[in-house]
Amino acid sequence: MRITCPICGERDRREFYYQGAAVALDRPAPDAGPQAWDDYVHLRDNPAGRTRDLWFHEMGCGAWIVVERDTVIHEVYSTELAEKAAR
Amino acid sequence: MRYSALRVIKEGLTGNRGWQPVWRDPEPKAEYDIIIIGGGGHGLATAYYLAKEHGVTNVAVLEKGYLGGGNVGRNTTLVRANYFLPGNSEFYSHSLKLWEGMEQDLNYNAMHSQRGLINLFHSDAQRDAFVRRGNAMINQGDDAILLDRDGVRKMVPYLDFDNTRFPIYGGLYHPRGGTARHDAVAWGYARGADQRGVDLIQQCEVTGIDIEGGVVKGVQTTRGAIRAKKVGIVVAGRSGQVAAMAGMRLPIESHVLQAFVTEGLKPCIDHVVSFGMGHFYISQSDKGGLVFGGDLDFYASYAARGNLPMVEHVMEAGMTLMPMIGKARVLRSWGGIMDMTPDGSPIIDKTDTQGLFIDCGWCYGGFKATPASGFAFAHLMATGRPHQTAEKFRLDRFRTGVSIMDEEGTGAQHNLH
Repeated sequence: MRITCPICGERDRREFYYQGAAVALDRPAPDAGPQAWDDYVHLRDNPAGRTRDLWFHEMGCGAWIVVERDTVIHEVYSTELAEKAAR
Repeated sequence: MRYSALRVIKEGLTGNRGWQPVWRDPEPKAEYDIIIIGGGGHGLATAYYLAKEHGVTNVAVLEKGYLGGGNVGRNTTLVRANYFLPGNSEFYSHSLKLWEGMEQDLNYNAMHSQRGLINLFHSDAQRDAFVRRGNAMINQGDDAILLDRDGVRKMVPYLDFDNTRFPIYGGLYHPRGGTARHDAVAWGYARGADQRGVDLIQQCEVTGIDIEGGVVKGVQTTRGAIRAKKVGIVVAGRSGQVAAMAGMRLPIESHVLQAFVTEGLKPCIDHVVSFGMGHFYISQSDKGGLVFGGDLDFYASYAARGNLPMVEHVMEAGMTLMPMIGKARVLRSWGGIMDMTPDGSPIIDKTDTQGLFIDCGWCYGGFKATPASGFAFAHLMATGRPHQTAEKFRLDRFRTGVSIMDEEGTGAQHNLH
């Protein structure tokens, strides 16, 4: 699997650290309540198919990247800097 | 039909014409007391123990493919009870005891081989950690022996003891650990369940779960609707998708774990050897193939195959530990889909829907748990109470923070296990 870093270009998967579902960009408010925080920290849609997840270009430029890819066939559809994807 | 040596001789002398199919292929009935979704090892074991321990025989196991076609047929067959934390320790200890009686109980040869497991350590600090783990195992009533370097050398002389990065200081030896024939475990439980009246229904995919007023009423399948008083979800690798049919989200991320097997060789590796620092472990199957594996590929995946970086890593680790395997040719590699929970420990629990139960989150350790998982899940579904060996496998433990069992000590967070 190769991932295109928006800054560095296409790189080997080994340059990246995997964080998990891009749910991390939707952090709830501190007072949102235990259910919202459980949803955010622990519960996952865990789709078989298209997913958005967060990767860190650890051995490159250090950017956080949102990768849209397929969990069944490992195809990468698009990548974008997390700072642009975050609301 | 009971299996015995006498029977084998008799059939051998009469052209093997007397063998019968070992389970029926029934049409689904309109209603069951209990439906188990998933005809893998855990689901079949659940059905077996429901019938045997609780006398509940109006049970169907629904399998979308064929029996034992999922992770129970894709693992590296290790059986062990070397866990550290309360909650896990008693559960896996119980599981190993069930393994030890399984073949007699099922009248089925699961080729359970207690050849011993050796976990290697490479520093003083790691030795301390293994002493502590060994004491936990002994306190649980299981067996653990601390081997020094010479003790390891006597048992497995072919390792590279003077490796520069990871010199071998010793190992924690677990004599009752070993391997089993993975498919036979599924088949044995399937046969046992069928003999007790459980309907094993293959090519029957569940497409929906019927819930009315917070109570489960049955399931929709590719072979029609089936009503049930209770439904159990035991679908490792697809837990998220089936749970979503009941409107649930789970604390699970699916990852791929790879395994490898070489061509058949003469006996050379007599034990299970685990090299934690290289995320590598190996045993030799009775057919002669070296069966080995490593760590997760470490990104969410449902592909039953991995990527090349982990293949390379596993091969490097194997060569680092035991250079003698370098000339063996790898025949196959494959991947299994792991239900990874944030703390690396499983879930056997009720859900918020009355009558709906779930057994999932086995991470990379589901095979050895097969008998105890089935035993505990059957107990929960039959009695409504968790079995004493599985009291801590709660679905809500991440929300409550109670009984989180993080064996690796890395933190109860999704990408760390």
